Amino acid sequence: MGFYTDTTVCIGCKACEVACKEWNQLPSTNGGVNTLSGDSYDNTRALDGIHWRHVKFIEQFSEDRKDGRWLLMSDVCKHCVQAGCLEVCPTGAIIRTEFDTVVIQSNTCNGCRDCIAACPFGVIDINPVSNTAQKCTLCYDRLQGGMEPACSKACPTKSIQFGTIRDLRERAQKRVAQLHQAGESRAYLYGADEKMLGGLNSFYLLVDKPEVYGLPPDPKMPTRNLVPGTVYAVLGAIMVGLTSIFHLRERGAREA
Amino acid sequence: MNAVPSSTWFTAAPHWQWYIVLYFFIGGLAGGCYFLAATIDLFGRRADRPLARLGYYVAFPAVLVSGLLLTVDLSRPFRFWHMLIERNTYGPMFKYWSPMSIGSWALLIFGFFTFVSFLAALADDDRVRWPFVRRLQWPALRALRAPSPLGSIIAVLGGIAGFYIAGYTGILLAVTNRPIWSDTPLLGMLFVVSAASTSAALLILLAQRAGWQLPGLADLHRFDDWVIVLELLVLAAVLVSLGPVLQAWLNAWGVLLLIGVVILGLIVPLVLSFRGRRGGTPNMMMPAVLVLIGGFLLRVIVVLSSESV
Repeated sequence: MGFYTDTTVCIGCKACEVACKEWNQLPSTNGGVNTLSGDSYDNTRALDGIHWRHVKFIEQFSEDRKDGRWLLMSDVCKHCVQAGCLEVCPTGAIIRTEFDTVVIQSNTCNGCRDCIAACPFGVIDINPVSNTAQKCTLCYDRLQGGMEPACSKACPTKSIQFGTIRDLRERAQKRVAQLHQAGESRAYLYGADEKMLGGLNSFYLLVDKPEVYGLPPDPKMPTRNLVPGTVYAVLGAIMVGLTSIFHLRERGAREA
Repeated sequence: MNAVPSSTWFTAAPHWQWYIVLYFFIGGLAGGCYFLAATIDLFGRRADRPLARLGYYVAFPAVLVSGLLLTVDLSRPFRFWHMLIERNTYGPMFKYWSPMSIGSWALLIFGFFTFVSFLAALADDDRVRWPFVRRLQWPALRALRAPSPLGSIIAVLGGIAGFYIAGYTGILLAVTNRPIWSDTPLLGMLFVVSAASTSAALLILLAQRAGWQLPGLADLHRFDDWVIVLELLVLAAVLVSLGPVLQAWLNAWGVLLLIGVVILGLIVPLVLSFRGRRGGTPNMMMPAVLVLIGGFLLRVIVVLSSESV
C-alpha cells in the first residue's frame, strides 16, 4: 500500500498536516505559539519527529511578478522498497510491515540517530516527547483497522491518494498523459518505478526538477559505501600494520 | 533552490556532535594503542615491554570512556543494550551490513581483549606497588601476555579488533546519505591511519613524560613519521574523491583543515622530527603534541562540518 501525491491539484490547505498531527497525537512546536519562518506560507519548515506531513510552498515568480506559479507539495516518508533507514538501524526498531510500509517501533528505538543520517530524503528526526526517532507510519494502526491513512482521508482535492501501488501507478500514468495532452508537458512521475530505490511507496507527480521541490535527483542507498569503505579501511590497516612491524620488530634499530 | 553538488544535500543531520567527536578520537586511541602494544609484544625487543604495557594501560580505560560516551549520546541512554539484544525477542541483535551494529559488538569484544591485556600488563609490572595489584601477579595472568602462545593469540585477535574500532567509525559515516561522509569511501582508511599516528604520538608523549629511555621510543617515532606521510597521502585522496562536494569545505572548515590538520598536525611534526634527527637530538615531545591536536581537529572537522551543511 502507499501514496500517490499529485502536486498539481494541491491547494496548500494543510488539512493533511493537521489530520496527521491529530490522529498520531503529535505535539505542536514551541508550546503552540506560532513562529513565522518567513518562507512563504510554510511555518512548519520540514519533516521531522513531530511533523510527519509537510506542505511545501514554492513561489516561482518573475521579477515584476507579472508571470508566475505556485508549486505546492505535501511531502511525507517515501516508504522506500529499499529503505536506507531500515538497513542501518542497529536495534531492529525499524521494520517492514505486512503492508510493505516502513515503521519505526518507538518501544525499541534507542535514539542512536543513524537512520536520520541514512534517509536519502531527510524525513526522520527525534521526537522530543518520546526521545526516539519518528516519522510517518502510513497510519499503521489505521491500516490494521481497515481504514485509510488520516492525511489522504482529509485531503479535499485528492492530491494525496491512497491505495495499492499497482492501482496508484495506473492512475498516475493516466493523469500524466492527460496533463501532457492539455499542454503541461513538464509533468512526470518521481519514484513511480523500480529504478529509484526499488520504487517509492509514496511517489509524486511533479512539474519541475526534483531539486526544486527539495527532493534529491539521485537518491541512493547508504550501503553503497559499505564494501568499498571496508576494502579501503582494510588496505589502510594492512599498510599501517606492515609499517609498524617493519619499525618496531626486534632488529628495528638499524642505523639510528 | 540553488544547484547543489550531490543528492546528499537533501538529507537531515543526525545531531552527532561533541560526544561522537570525542568517541571517534578516544576510540581511535584505544584501538591504535592496543595494536601498537600488541605489535611490540609480538615482534619487538624485551626491553620495550614497558612501552607495550603503557599501550594496554591506555586502551582499557579508553574503551570504558568510549562506551560511556556512546551511551550518553543516545537519545534514550538506558536502552543502550538494544544494540546487542533484540528488545522484543531477547535474542542477539546483529546486522553484518550495519556498521553501527557490528561496531557495537566489536566494542564489546575489543573491550574484553583490552581488559584481559590490562590485567596481564598489571601482573607483569614490577613497578606497581599497590598491595591489591601485587596480589594479582600470579603466573597465570602473566601467561595472558605474548610471547606465551595464549598471549600471542590474544594480542593478534585484540590487535585486529583494535584496528576495527579505529576504522569502522569512518565506514559508519560513509554508510549514510550525509554530505561529505557518504561522498567518499575513504574515511575509514583515513581514520585507521590517523588512529595509528595519534596513538604512537600518545605513547611517545607518556613515555617521555615518565622519563623512560627505551630503544623502542625512537622506533615508534620513526614509525609515526612514516604514518604521517601515509596520512597526508590518504587525506589528499579523500579530497580528490570528494570532487565537487569539496565546496562544503570552502569556508572556515577548510581553513581549519589546512592550518590545523595539514600544516600544524602533519607537516610541522614531520619537519620538526626531520630537523631534530639531523641535529642528533630529536625532540619528540612537540611533534607528538601537534599530532594529537591535529588528529582531534580532523575528527572535529569531518563530523561537525557535515552537521552544519
